[in-house]
Amino acid sequence: MEVLERFAAGDSDAFECLFRQHQGEVYRWIIRIVRNSATAEDLTVETFWRIYRARARFDARKGNLCGWMRRIATNAALDHLRRSRREVELPEEMPDTGKPVSAEQNEMRQAIFQAMDRLSPAVRATVLLALVEEEPYENIAKALGISTTAVKLRVFRGVRVLRKELSNAGVRP
Amino acid sequence: MSEREMEELKRLLKESMPAMQDAELRRDLWPAMQQRLAEPAIHMPWWDWALLAAAGAVIFLFPAIVPALLYHL
Repeated sequence: MEVLERFAAGDSDAFECLFRQHQGEVYRWIIRIVRNSATAEDLTVETFWRIYRARARFDARKGNLCGWMRRIATNAALDHLRRSRREVELPEEMPDTGKPVSAEQNEMRQAIFQAMDRLSPAVRATVLLALVEEEPYENIAKALGISTTAVKLRVFRGVRVLRKELSNAGVRP
Repeated sequence: MSEREMEELKRLLKESMPAMQDAELRRDLWPAMQQRLAEPAIHMPWWDWALLAAAGAVIFLFPAIVPALLYHL
């Protein structure tokens, strides 16, 4: 029996095999939405927990495990963004570029973070994936379970809010 | 919004929040996963079951209180 079929049948060794094979991929997707490594690690475990619980619903013959995992990972990340809006926001991580950050750049970052906080979690994730990570709209649509047109619409709405907020903060994009 | 303005906004966003494409997982998460799998399912204490049973019995014996309960909810 294939690993996927054994996983769907509840075999824990098959689950471990899939976990080890896909944990990095799921983590890399989640960190692009939540932008914090500790949170992304927790959400990777949460995603696999959801996958484990939903294993009976996975059709091993139809296959697309990666798409299914990505969808579940996106939902876990969005749930986190919704929760963290009500709680204290974790500081956002910056990849180390080795360059010093000027006071002006720091101010700009603050203005952008505040503007991003104005976006709903779904719009924020879409804007991040589309404009910062430059993920193709089709991939974003599949991960969010919406149409490509809906992705474009969310990006449009997000950009409109960002421009307004940045303009209020004295930044002219 | 023009193409140029969109590109400018993209540039600003990317300068403030660089892409995380190269972020790599720094540790194996399987031990954390095993811990999560070993956690017991949500446990409901016995007194919660007792309260639920009592509430069910009251509603069964005195169905007239249902509209009053709904009104106060």
